[in-house]
Amino acid sequence: MNKYKLLKLSGLEPLIVSPENNFVNVGERTNVTGSRKFLRLIKEGNFEEALSVAREQVEGGAQIIDVNMDEGMIDGKEAMIKFLNLIASEPDIARVPIMIDSSKWEIIEAGLQCIQGKGVVNSISLKEGEEIFIKYAKKIKRYGAAVIVMAFDEIGQADTYERRIEICERSYRILVDKVQFPPEDIIFDPNIFPVATGMEEHRNNALDFFRATKWIRENLPYAHVSGGVSNVSFSFRGNNVVREAMHAAFLYHAIQHGMTMGIVNPSLLEVYDDVDKELLIKVEDVLLNRRDDATERLLEYAEKVKGEKGKKKSVDLSWREKEVKERLAYALIKGITDYIDEDVEECRKLYTHPIEVIEGPLMDGMNIVGDLFGNGKMFLPQVVKSARVMKKAVAYLLPFIEAEKGGKQEFAGKVLMATVKGDVHDIGKNIVGVVLACNNYEIIDLGVMVPASEIIQKAKEHQVDVVGLSGLITPSLDEMVTIAKEMEKEGLDIPLIIGGATTSRVHTAVKIDEHYNNGQAIHVSDASRAVTVVEKLIGKEKELFIQGIKEEYQRVRDHYEKSRKQKPLLSIKEARKNRFKIDWESIKIDIPNFTGVREITVSVKDLIPYIDWTPFFRTWQLFGKYPDILDDKIVGQEARKLFHDAKEMLDQILLESWLEHRGVYGIFPANSVGDDIEIYHPKQKERRIHTQYTLRQQTKKAEGVPNYALSDFIAPKESGIKDYIGCFVVTSGMEARERAKTFEKTGDDYQAIMLKALADRLAEAFAEYLHEHVRKEYWGYSKNEYLNNEGLIKEKYRGIRPAPGYPACPDHTEKIGLFKLLNATEKTGVILTDSLAMDPPASVSGWYFASEHAKYFGVGRIGKDQVEDLAKRKGVSYHEMEKWLRANMD
Amino acid sequence: MKDIKEILKERILILDGAMGTMIQRHQLTEEDFRKGWFENHKEPLKGNNDLLSLTRPDIIKGIHQAYFEAGADIAETNTFSGTTVAQADYNLEDFVYEINYHSAKIAREVADEFTKKEPHKPRFVAGAMGPTNRTASISPDVNNPGFRAISFEELRIAYKQQAEALIDGGVDILLVETVFDTLNAKAALFAIDEVFEERNKRLPVMVSGTITDQSGRTLTGQTTEAFLISVSHMDLLSIGLNCALGASMMRPYLQVLKSNAPFYVSAHPNAGLPNEFGEYDETPELMGEQIKAFLEEGLVNIIGGCCGTTPEHIRVISELVKQYNPHPIQKA
Repeated sequence: MNKYKLLKLSGLEPLIVSPENNFVNVGERTNVTGSRKFLRLIKEGNFEEALSVAREQVEGGAQIIDVNMDEGMIDGKEAMIKFLNLIASEPDIARVPIMIDSSKWEIIEAGLQCIQGKGVVNSISLKEGEEIFIKYAKKIKRYGAAVIVMAFDEIGQADTYERRIEICERSYRILVDKVQFPPEDIIFDPNIFPVATGMEEHRNNALDFFRATKWIRENLPYAHVSGGVSNVSFSFRGNNVVREAMHAAFLYHAIQHGMTMGIVNPSLLEVYDDVDKELLIKVEDVLLNRRDDATERLLEYAEKVKGEKGKKKSVDLSWREKEVKERLAYALIKGITDYIDEDVEECRKLYTHPIEVIEGPLMDGMNIVGDLFGNGKMFLPQVVKSARVMKKAVAYLLPFIEAEKGGKQEFAGKVLMATVKGDVHDIGKNIVGVVLACNNYEIIDLGVMVPASEIIQKAKEHQVDVVGLSGLITPSLDEMVTIAKEMEKEGLDIPLIIGGATTSRVHTAVKIDEHYNNGQAIHVSDASRAVTVVEKLIGKEKELFIQGIKEEYQRVRDHYEKSRKQKPLLSIKEARKNRFKIDWESIKIDIPNFTGVREITVSVKDLIPYIDWTPFFRTWQLFGKYPDILDDKIVGQEARKLFHDAKEMLDQILLESWLEHRGVYGIFPANSVGDDIEIYHPKQKERRIHTQYTLRQQTKKAEGVPNYALSDFIAPKESGIKDYIGCFVVTSGMEARERAKTFEKTGDDYQAIMLKALADRLAEAFAEYLHEHVRKEYWGYSKNEYLNNEGLIKEKYRGIRPAPGYPACPDHTEKIGLFKLLNATEKTGVILTDSLAMDPPASVSGWYFASEHAKYFGVGRIGKDQVEDLAKRKGVSYHEMEKWLRANMD
Repeated sequence: MKDIKEILKERILILDGAMGTMIQRHQLTEEDFRKGWFENHKEPLKGNNDLLSLTRPDIIKGIHQAYFEAGADIAETNTFSGTTVAQADYNLEDFVYEINYHSAKIAREVADEFTKKEPHKPRFVAGAMGPTNRTASISPDVNNPGFRAISFEELRIAYKQQAEALIDGGVDILLVETVFDTLNAKAALFAIDEVFEERNKRLPVMVSGTITDQSGRTLTGQTTEAFLISVSHMDLLSIGLNCALGASMMRPYLQVLKSNAPFYVSAHPNAGLPNEFGEYDETPELMGEQIKAFLEEGLVNIIGGCCGTTPEHIRVISELVKQYNPHPIQKA
């Protein structure tokens, strides 16, 4: 058959009715005329539960769902719109096409305006004459839906074979010839009427339907046939055994005759082959009108089975009644600590040695958790909670194990973890640690700011199997290279896993692995991968795995080398010629409301509205945009739980004043001189008090695209125009770390990570808050700006606040001057580490540029010439400058 | 002039590249967006690019010329946000007719100029109808999923106004593009069909959807095939994809369209994926290489560029296309 004459429908996914897919079943329970329960829910306005009716239908196998709101007591149009709109937000329902079912055109049209997919209108007919029929059909075509046409005309409903085919043929000709309605989008409903009613004229009801179906399929090309199947068993209401059998048999024969679609309740449908043979014969006698006494015989049989209730599915809700080992597994998977002590105690008595509880049931439980996590069926926050249960169980057993002596826990392997020297960021490292611990690895965590020598010494001392390095800021990348070099020198061959926000596979392959020939450096992009990688590094196939990585990294290096050659750099001189030019003459510079330096403290309460939640979820390895993530099909539930816990902790932070947010900011007169920005004394404008050195993009740009440097956004000195620049340092304070340590000590990593993650978010929120106040009040160049949080996150405001060490100014050493200018360490308590990371880590610093032309950009790769030039400008050695910028150099 | 449907049987047509990227090169100020039309308008207007067709027609004209010179067969009018829905942000609903009419006229004039010079390569104007900034099938408020910021009816009326003005201004084609919510597109098609019926004149219609990420779905969750099915009730000139993805990532979804659509297939991808600052910086050569893969597979009949593409990109693409013959619609 012609492929393009198939009936094609869509929800979020396509539904193509082809000869291969036999029969499309339409869910009927979201119909107020057919389901008392659904009607009640709609009447009560309980749309939440009404949705679950729809969901059950789809889960139960409905390929289309029929929605009907025709009831005198409800506003059908309003209910239709509301329900369809709600369905649209439920991807597990909305994936199937919608059948809009109403006898009122007004409701049908309202429904058609709500569905983005191609649905089905149920129904139109010639009942009110040709004119109206054509009018509606044209509209339906324009809305892009298929249509069910009832076998009904001006005279009435078709109840014989002849009337059925007469009306269907007439309808078909009008639709195809006059409306140009696509014939494959026409679905006839030739009326399914009850049988076994006791009335003589109903004896042929099923048989006539079958025959009419066959005729339509043979004579009206591409058209389909549908019907409401449950009608046929109307006289056996209350007797589900008989009804299910009748539906099964009716469908079987109707499909044989060419019915392609039907409204059925999948839960009221027996499998044809499973129908009791005696019952089946009696049912078919009725349907096919095979015996005069068919109805009596079926009624007789029905009486017999009436008492038997339908099978009830019982769900064991009480996991506490299970066997103790299962209870432990359940508690681990669900993260429930409430009964863990008593369950562990009960279990301990079953074994000779307490250690066996850990090695046996607890590890079994954790293995399930590990598998579920690995398969994407559990999410990080859940795993961390599982770990909490595990820790609590182990803590309970520890005294018994010690009392027994000699008992030693068997680990799968030993992993040393450290955040490298100069870096204080440890959320990611801790997450990996927890995940690995859950998988029975012994973790030796050296904490943050760990020098290479200590890492090497401890690795040797503990004879670890794997070393894990973490870092967030770019200088950490270099420190990792140093560690790899040192390990090579020491002749170590312990695999090195690399992780953290700025790390990458390319950097690991090109810069780290190259220096570690004895061993292997491997980049791990997220915590869930850490387990698999470590497992392979310790397992039997270690050699093979490493060999594979070696080859892969060689390819990465080759590719890198190749791509590097493809993109030539401009000389810094050429790049400067192509700088971003602002027509300063035409621009009015806004004079700040104040210049100088000020301190600021803010309550957590004021910061909460400024929190950007998306990165918070990312920290927990839940990927998706807030707030959509809360309704995500896969991670939504976990995200909501996590969000709830975060809100709870925020309340506590607020109530018990856990964090002290301190900041300092300044606004100064400034002018650019080449790629430098000269900053002047607020009062004595001729006195230069600081110079900020900026870096310029050197990659070759397309025509018309400039090579940016931050200095381009400040008016040049030679223009004689007075311009300004701002800067700031804000922090969530020292307290977060101390409190997190307390949590860690009690084994509650979940709360520890939560607190650190929130402190990070609050520091970012603080930066956002301060920037807004600077724009609107302190500097005051955007007095009338009004943006909601989303607008802020998308940076819709005028001006930018680039941070030293980030892509627009990758030179971390610029932080030193910034801190001096603001006297930031004294005023906020934030210090700079050897690698120029800010400590505490929940701190943010940066510059303010107010120009409406200022924008974020990435400096990207820079050439040796620029680094030489910069070293000269800053008065330091090339070697020193290169050390800080190596990550940006070839 | 030869019918575009006939030309499509003979060769692959080139759609132009990004408008916004080209406008950015001019580093315009607030004043440029007001000149002669909106001098005393209260709201800031900078960034409302469609207005430039009124206030700086010279710039828009220059951009069309640059694309035609680079080899484009079809220019898109500068009307991506030319609906009352999108203009409401600027309180400029009353100027929707002028925006569309003048944008169409500018493109028409430039196209005719080029057709006159090169009659063997007639130039066409496609009236661009963007998605607006509202979605009819999802709620902007998570806590109230049943809420809608816009109705089908409101969209239908807005699109109808836009289509009327574009046709009055002389466009050859209507292009419903960057469809991230199919319901919005269905409202546009509904309106277009009404206009065609009322004027008793039909123009070719192109529809171009946006697959937002590698899930292969639109923003509102439809798979590529479901999207195709949902707009196939209209007899389209072409169905295609634009924006959001770079060329190579678009390929699997174009394959879906090519093998299932009873229409020609179009693509106008971005110049790669945005870098961390939201800029599209794929070079013409790099983009060309990926498009070459489309051509070798016979995936597209109309090809151009979206965000970040420039006349340099279009030039590379139009040179490339000359070496390939078009593949017919795969209708059995």
